[in-house]
Amino acid sequence: MSNKVLMKGTEAIAQAAIECGCKYYFGYPITPQTELSEYMAKKLPKVGGLCLQAESEVAAINMTLGAAAAGTRVITSSSSPGISLKSEGISYMAGCDLPCVIVNVQRGGPGLGGIQPSQQDYYQATRGVGHGDLRLLVLAPSSVQEMAQLTVEAFDMADIYRMPAMILADGALGQMMEPVDFDSIPRRDIPEKPWAACGHNNERKKNIVNSLYIDPQVLENVVDERYKRYDVIEETEARCEEYLCEDADIVLVSFGITARICKTAIKAAREEGIKVGLIRPITLWPFPKKNIAAIAENAKVFLSVEMSKGQMIDDVRLAVNGKAPVHFYGRTGGMIPTPEAVLENIKKLAEEINA
Amino acid sequence: MKTVFDRPHALSDVPLHYCPGCTHGIIHRLVAEVIDELGIEGQTIGVASVGCSVFSYNYFECDMVQAAHGRAPAVATGIKRTHPDSFVFTYQGDGDLAAIGTAETVHAATRGENITIIFVNNAIYGMTGGQMAPTTLLGQVTTTSPYGRDKAIQGNPIRVCEMLSTLDGVALASRVSVDTPKNIIAAKKQIKKAFENQRDKKGFSIVEVLSTCPTNWGMSPEKSLEWLRENMMPQYPLGTYKDIDAKEAE
Repeated sequence: MSNKVLMKGTEAIAQAAIECGCKYYFGYPITPQTELSEYMAKKLPKVGGLCLQAESEVAAINMTLGAAAAGTRVITSSSSPGISLKSEGISYMAGCDLPCVIVNVQRGGPGLGGIQPSQQDYYQATRGVGHGDLRLLVLAPSSVQEMAQLTVEAFDMADIYRMPAMILADGALGQMMEPVDFDSIPRRDIPEKPWAACGHNNERKKNIVNSLYIDPQVLENVVDERYKRYDVIEETEARCEEYLCEDADIVLVSFGITARICKTAIKAAREEGIKVGLIRPITLWPFPKKNIAAIAENAKVFLSVEMSKGQMIDDVRLAVNGKAPVHFYGRTGGMIPTPEAVLENIKKLAEEINA
Repeated sequence: MKTVFDRPHALSDVPLHYCPGCTHGIIHRLVAEVIDELGIEGQTIGVASVGCSVFSYNYFECDMVQAAHGRAPAVATGIKRTHPDSFVFTYQGDGDLAAIGTAETVHAATRGENITIIFVNNAIYGMTGGQMAPTTLLGQVTTTSPYGRDKAIQGNPIRVCEMLSTLDGVALASRVSVDTPKNIIAAKKQIKKAFENQRDKKGFSIVEVLSTCPTNWGMSPEKSLEWLRENMMPQYPLGTYKDIDAKEAE
């Protein structure tokens, strides 16, 4: 029998982390994700863990790095401006091959921007978080259940591939309440951490956790090795939900909360006889490009729907690879697209196809 | 045959990259000797910083983590909080600790993180080639203060131990020098105390070691030691600025 609890999105992430054995949280308050820290501050001491409020996001990610380097399962969270500050540490963690989970409950930007929901950090998460050749596992939940489930999966994947994983949520998902079933969340086999710097206890050679390689040939080799892992991830870990795509002429591509708005619009459009479907990327990196490419064989037109000025659309275009036109509809600055506006865009495309 | 002098076990048997006459080598040795004497190598995790001591992860036999510039106290916090029975030390220069890492330093100190910080102050950025440091003296010529540090332009040098000694979380804040055998012995005593404080869960301990940079100061090693005594010591007087044990003894 499943055991459902009604929870806020941010709290579901926090509880999921605890459920899968994460006892350490380092963070710094920022709207709209502070409830995550508050939940951790309440719960972690009761399970023998620790929630430490750092002096800055920079310090928080480096505390996270220290804990991860010592072999501990650890999580940190923030919202957009705070993730910019964490970028340095994220790059170092990627360079040190350290697993951790980083949560970004996105808000409007750039700069201080606003505190309303946004998907403006897509580029940052999938392209530009920190300097250097690096990738993050980026998971995009679309419900409170997925906030929990993808958090657990992010921890497991981070450990398996020895790299940071990001939950890319938004202020709406963070604040809304839905039932969550923790028992049904799948788990994976986790490797040991023989590389951890936690004291050699005079039983092994010393471990060094490091991202510095002064010899360029050595650095290239290290990065090449890391990219072999990235290749495996791209081959095996890309995931998406396909919704009413089988006969679709028009295919929407949308993630997170926006995908749910698209579904409402798609149902309304279907009632009017328009053949429209949705691809909802669950992993943003690796991007589900094979799924999109396959659907592009039959679809007539694509529409990327985002809470930004159009960022994921680049990946959609790369995946569609010229087989069909790719259009965009989005709102930005913390404004949320309405189902009516999405429906209007679908109808416009339907007319163009028929004409 | 009796061994009278040997390399400490905690000091790796590799050539150090430091310039001739630089005192990093002495300071490394003192830290390694203390780790040996306390028998804690297997439980110790060192945190290397960015600057001349960036490669220190190759020089100690304990587990090591390389931190980003200035972030060593935060990294050390993450290690220590998840492994409270381990010994965690950072090894940082003046640019790392007192410029880019000021926030991490001050907050680790005020939280009373039970870690040891070895702070090497040579009043200059060595690794990048002799630029002005937060601890560069007024009037001191560096590549980025070519007319001498002018307080009207570059501001004043920072006294770290004095500043940190005002914070409640600090168990030990001590400034030492390794310019003479006598001072080296005194420096080792403070470094040892800083590690013992961890063992005894007393809180944040920092030992600031005045150091020379013959290469970037443009002086011979011998002249550098004289310059340190004549110029650095008046600005950065040796001494213990805070020791909670001394307070208890009063």
